[in-house]
Amino acid sequence: MDLKGKVHKFGDDVNTDYIISGRHKFKTLDMKELAKYVMEDLDPDFYSKVSKGDFIVGGRNFGCGSSREQAPLAIINADIDAVIAKSFARIFYRNCINTGLALIECDTDQIDEGDELEINLQAGILYNRTKGIEIQITPLPEVMLKILSEGGLVEHFKKYGTFNFD
Amino acid sequence: MVLGKTIAEKILSKHSGQDARANDIVVADLDFVMGQDGTSGLAINAFEQMQGQKVFDPGKIAMVIDHSAPSPLAGVSALHKQMRDFAELQKIHLYDIGDGVCHQLLPEQGHVLPGNLVIGADSHTCTYGAINVLSTGVGSTDLAAGLLSGKLWFKVPETFKFMLNGELPKGVFSKDLILYLIGDVTADGATYMAAEYVGEAIDRLSVEARFTISNMAIEMGAKCGLMEADAKTTDWVKAHSNREFETVKADSDAVYARVKEYDVSKLEPQVARPHTVDNVSPISGVEGIPVQQGVIGTCTNGRMEDLRIAASILKGKKISKKSRLIVAPSSRQVMIEAMREGLIEIFVESGAAVVTPGCGPCVGTHNGVPSDGENVISTANRNFKGRMGNPTAFIYLASPATVAASVLYGKITDPREFF
Repeated sequence: MDLKGKVHKFGDDVNTDYIISGRHKFKTLDMKELAKYVMEDLDPDFYSKVSKGDFIVGGRNFGCGSSREQAPLAIINADIDAVIAKSFARIFYRNCINTGLALIECDTDQIDEGDELEINLQAGILYNRTKGIEIQITPLPEVMLKILSEGGLVEHFKKYGTFNFD
Repeated sequence: MVLGKTIAEKILSKHSGQDARANDIVVADLDFVMGQDGTSGLAINAFEQMQGQKVFDPGKIAMVIDHSAPSPLAGVSALHKQMRDFAELQKIHLYDIGDGVCHQLLPEQGHVLPGNLVIGADSHTCTYGAINVLSTGVGSTDLAAGLLSGKLWFKVPETFKFMLNGELPKGVFSKDLILYLIGDVTADGATYMAAEYVGEAIDRLSVEARFTISNMAIEMGAKCGLMEADAKTTDWVKAHSNREFETVKADSDAVYARVKEYDVSKLEPQVARPHTVDNVSPISGVEGIPVQQGVIGTCTNGRMEDLRIAASILKGKKISKKSRLIVAPSSRQVMIEAMREGLIEIFVESGAAVVTPGCGPCVGTHNGVPSDGENVISTANRNFKGRMGNPTAFIYLASPATVAASVLYGKITDPREFF
């Protein structure tokens, strides 16, 4: 899976209320509609700045807070291909795997707003084309890679009817 | 030599049938599964996409309509209807508008017992750790998998043990203690870990006060906030359920990733300042900041003990004309008890607006969205920008005593003068 796109950079502790606010998420299950409000409280113009395949890049503890799965779903529906951060909060992390949103754990200090990145998930390589540097990615545990590569937990259950990690 | 286990390792071993050790990945059987109205809609859709027909065990599942209850919008009403229809079809427990906040209801209605493994599609599901339950928040697709199979995969967490010595001073409460701990270890200080809260400071607390601590384990990034069960725990649980249970204790040679020791005897009331929960200050650092709105309630601090403390401060007094106060008891049962004790009368006479048991004022769906630039002091567990429905408002988090004292004066006030 090769990904290419430009960076939208945020700081530490980006919580799920910032990703999609509670005042929007309760209104509808239409994720295309919710996607318009992604990151609204941090950057009201965010949705209009995104081009298909772009990346959200954060610092530490990305996705902390509420368990809302609308957070990764709204990100996916805003045409973001992956979230890259130094570390992730655990419920958000699980929700990304389950919904099929790629997440990449690595040092993000050398990634800035507008940088062009190329990512090869299988090989575990992130190349910052703007800066001409390669950044090491923390590999995903096998169980999570399996669910992600199958397209998420719904697809896993469609295939096996229950959890199957053998 | 085989080393001992933490509470989390023991519960996950028992529920997976494996020798579960920190960082292992196990598939484990669930004792109870819960969803609320912000998460159940997506879960029902995922359940259907997974080609689910029947839930694994209707008696072990509850859906709770609490986050926007009663519904403020037609879109929300449609989600509520979807939950009611699903509950009727699958014969699972449904708690409807006014029944209360999910994290009050599950222990109060006897659905969760010591030693249980529980998931809820709400991040504050960690609350039941206070009664020795390994309970953790998940998203909607995990919830769907749980509804269908009665199982979930878990990474066995390492454990961060908090040794809490001493006795909290008068006017200082379990909310102050957990805010202090979060400020100390920060919002990701226990990420991916189980927190274990032990020591004489915990032993001295009531079960209700302990729920406040476990409730906020997620605010330090933890998967769960566990406590051992003592006589208070077993008495409390037996008052809420007739079912048998087995409590779980950590082995004396259990392996901990981190241990921190604290003496709580000199702790001041604590306040989390905008816009992160770990931005904590002793009350002395924030006293005098004007507050236009107070909130008492939520899954953190909406129980009888909380309402009694707040009412003891507000009794016979009027809140400041510069402040408003919203009180949301955490369940119908709490509301009824508070009525019988005369607490609701005290709140209403003091000038408070008492609203339906539920989550609204905390999560910004309705029931008290602040105005632009206003300061709010709340007993809730999150003060993120926009959390209460207005990104230009400022939210301070504190104990019910601090909130009650603050709305009396219209500014952040040290509650110790009342005790």
